[in-house]
Amino acid sequence: MSNHVLEFPGGYTRSVGPVIGRFLSELRDGRLVGVRTRGGRVIFPPTEYDPDSGEAVTSEYVEVGPVGTVESWSWVGEPLASHPLDRPFAWALIKPDGADTAMVHVVDLGPFERGAKPPNFLKAGMRVRPRFRGERTGGIGDIEAFLPEVTMINAPSRLEFDLKPGHALDRFLEGISEGRILGHRCDVCGKVMVPMKGLCSSDGVPTTEEVEVADTGTVTTFAVNNIPDPRAPAVPFVSAYVLLDGADGAMLTLVAGIPADQVRMGMRVKAVWKPREEWGATISNIRWFEPSGEPDASFESIKDYT
Amino acid sequence: MRDVAIVAFAQTHHSATDQGASETELLLPLFQDVKSRTGIKRFGFTCSGSCDYLIGAPFSFVSALDAVGAWPPISESHVEMDGAWALYEAWVKLQHGDIDTALVYGFGKPSQGSLREIMTRQLDPYYLAPLGADQVSLAALQARAYLDSSGAKEDDLLAIAARSRRDGRDNPYALHLDDPAGDTAYDVAPLRAHDVAPDADGAAVIVLATGDRARELCERPAWIRGIDHRADAHSLGARDLSRSESTRIAGLKAGARDIEVAELHAQFSHEELILREALNLSDEVRINPSGGPLAANPVMATGLIRLGEAAARIHDGSANRTLGHATSGPCLQQNLVCVLSGETNG
Repeated sequence: MSNHVLEFPGGYTRSVGPVIGRFLSELRDGRLVGVRTRGGRVIFPPTEYDPDSGEAVTSEYVEVGPVGTVESWSWVGEPLASHPLDRPFAWALIKPDGADTAMVHVVDLGPFERGAKPPNFLKAGMRVRPRFRGERTGGIGDIEAFLPEVTMINAPSRLEFDLKPGHALDRFLEGISEGRILGHRCDVCGKVMVPMKGLCSSDGVPTTEEVEVADTGTVTTFAVNNIPDPRAPAVPFVSAYVLLDGADGAMLTLVAGIPADQVRMGMRVKAVWKPREEWGATISNIRWFEPSGEPDASFESIKDYT
Repeated sequence: MRDVAIVAFAQTHHSATDQGASETELLLPLFQDVKSRTGIKRFGFTCSGSCDYLIGAPFSFVSALDAVGAWPPISESHVEMDGAWALYEAWVKLQHGDIDTALVYGFGKPSQGSLREIMTRQLDPYYLAPLGADQVSLAALQARAYLDSSGAKEDDLLAIAARSRRDGRDNPYALHLDDPAGDTAYDVAPLRAHDVAPDADGAAVIVLATGDRARELCERPAWIRGIDHRADAHSLGARDLSRSESTRIAGLKAGARDIEVAELHAQFSHEELILREALNLSDEVRINPSGGPLAANPVMATGLIRLGEAAARIHDGSANRTLGHATSGPCLQQNLVCVLSGETNG
C-alpha cells in the first residue's frame, strides 16, 4: 500500500494553444483533423511544428480518417489500473487515411480473459476506426478506442425438429434401452446390418430376422477431431467405425480411454455403457468404446469394411 | 578541445528490492570511495542526474548533495535526466578551462513506485499521458515495429536476454538472474518479462579530470575521444520506430568506429538490436559485458554506468577503444554516445 501520493486533485489544468485546441474541438464534434505542413504533409495528431524541419505548420486543417491503418501494436494481457480498459487490449500506432503520421491509441478487440495472448488477427496493416464516446469533452479520451473494421458477421442459425426414428430404428433403440445391440440378417446375402433399417441396402429387400450382436468389436477406420463436441471426453477425440462382433457393417462411434495418437485400425474395443439408471431409448446409453486389451485383429478380418 | 578522461568509477550493488537505504545513503559510500581513491576532497564542478518523480518529492536531488559535502558552497548543477547527461554537462564545463576535475553521479530508487507508470509523466501531456500509455507498452510498440521490419524473431530477443543475464551473474554489482525461458508469459506482447530491464535501486559516481591531472589520478585514464547526443521527435507516430536516427548521428559525431566493447543503455532486448544497427557495430564488438541494463536497471544511473563500465574496460587494460551509450525519453527518443580510448590520440 502507498504511504505517499503525488496528485493534482481534480487534474492538472493546461492551456492547449490554437493548434492542439483545433484538433480537440474537432474531436469533440466527432471528427479527426490533421494539420498541413509547408512541405504539404499532413501531421496527425497536429503539432505546432513540422517534426522533421521544426518549421511552423500552416493553418490548413485537413479532415482525415476516420478509418486508419495499424502500423505497429503491443498487447496488454494484464491491464494496469491506469490503463484505459480493464480487459486485455492493444496499444497501436494508427495512421488515419489521408494523414502522413500516426497516433498512439487503444484498439479494443473485444472481451478476452486476463493474461490472454495477443490474438493472431492483430497485425500491422489492420484497418480500424474510432469508437467515439457519447459525451465528449474535448480530450484525447473522446475516442474510447479504435475498433477493427467489420470483416465478419455472426448470424443466428437455428431450426427445431421433432424427429421420429421409424419402425426399424425404434426397435433398435428399444434393444439399446435394455442393454442389447440388435441387427437384422438379410435373407439373400446373409449379412447382419447394425443398426438395422428394415432392409438390406445391398440387395434392396426387406429384412425382419432379428439378431443380437456383441458389444465388442474392431476399429476399421477412425478420425482425430480437434473441434470440441459436447458428447466427446476432450479435445482431441477420436471418432471411429467399429465392426461389432457378429455384425457385417461398421457403426460410427467415439473411441476413448486411449491417447488419440495411439488409436489404430484393427484395434479391439468394448462398449462403455452409462450406469443403468441413466439409460433411455437412445444410442447415448453407450458412452463410447474403449480398448478391450485383446490383441489387434488382422487387416484381413476388416479389409472388406474399410 | 581539452583532453578529458574518466579517472574513477564506482557503483552500488544494485538491488531489485528496497534495502533500507535512502538515496543519500546509497551515494555516501560511493563518494567516500572515489575521494579516497583520487585523494580529491573538493571537485572543480559537481553535476548529478536523477528524477524527482521516482520518489514523488520535489527537489529530492538537493538532499543527495548533503552526501557530497557542499559547504562552503560548491559549483554544482543537476539534470532531470540520466547521470550520463550530467557527465556531458561536466565535460562541457571542463572545456571552459578554469577547472580540471569534476564529480558526476546518478541515482534512483524505483522500488518505491511503479516505474512504468511514473514514466508516463514524461510523455506529451495532450495526446499520450492522458491515455495512460506506460513505458513498457510503448517499448513493446517499438519492438513490434522492429520485428516486423527486420524479420528478427522473438528468439533473437531471448538470446539477448540470456547473454545479458549470463554476463550479469559474473558482475558483482548486477542482479543475479536465472536463464530466461522462451515460454515465459508476455509482459506487454511481444515483450516477455526477461526482455524488460529489471528495475533496481542503485547509484553510480564518475570522476572526470583533464590532461596531466588525469594522468596523476589514474594509471590508465579512459580518454573521452568523442561525445554527442541527439534527439528524435517525441511523437512516436512521427518517426520510424524500427530505427534510431538520433543514435546514428550521435555515433557519427562521436567517432564510433573500431570499437572493441560497447555498453548500450538498452532497457528492452529489441533496443540493443536497433542500437547496434544505428551504431554500425559488427558481430565482433563485445556488447554489454557487464550484463547491461537487462541485468540491472538502477534508473537514472543506468546510462552513466554504461559510460563507467566502458571506461573500466580501459582502466583494467582489457580494451583500448570502447563506447558508452545512454538513452532518455520514450522508445529511444534521445541518445548519447561517448567514445573512450586508452590513448589521448586514439
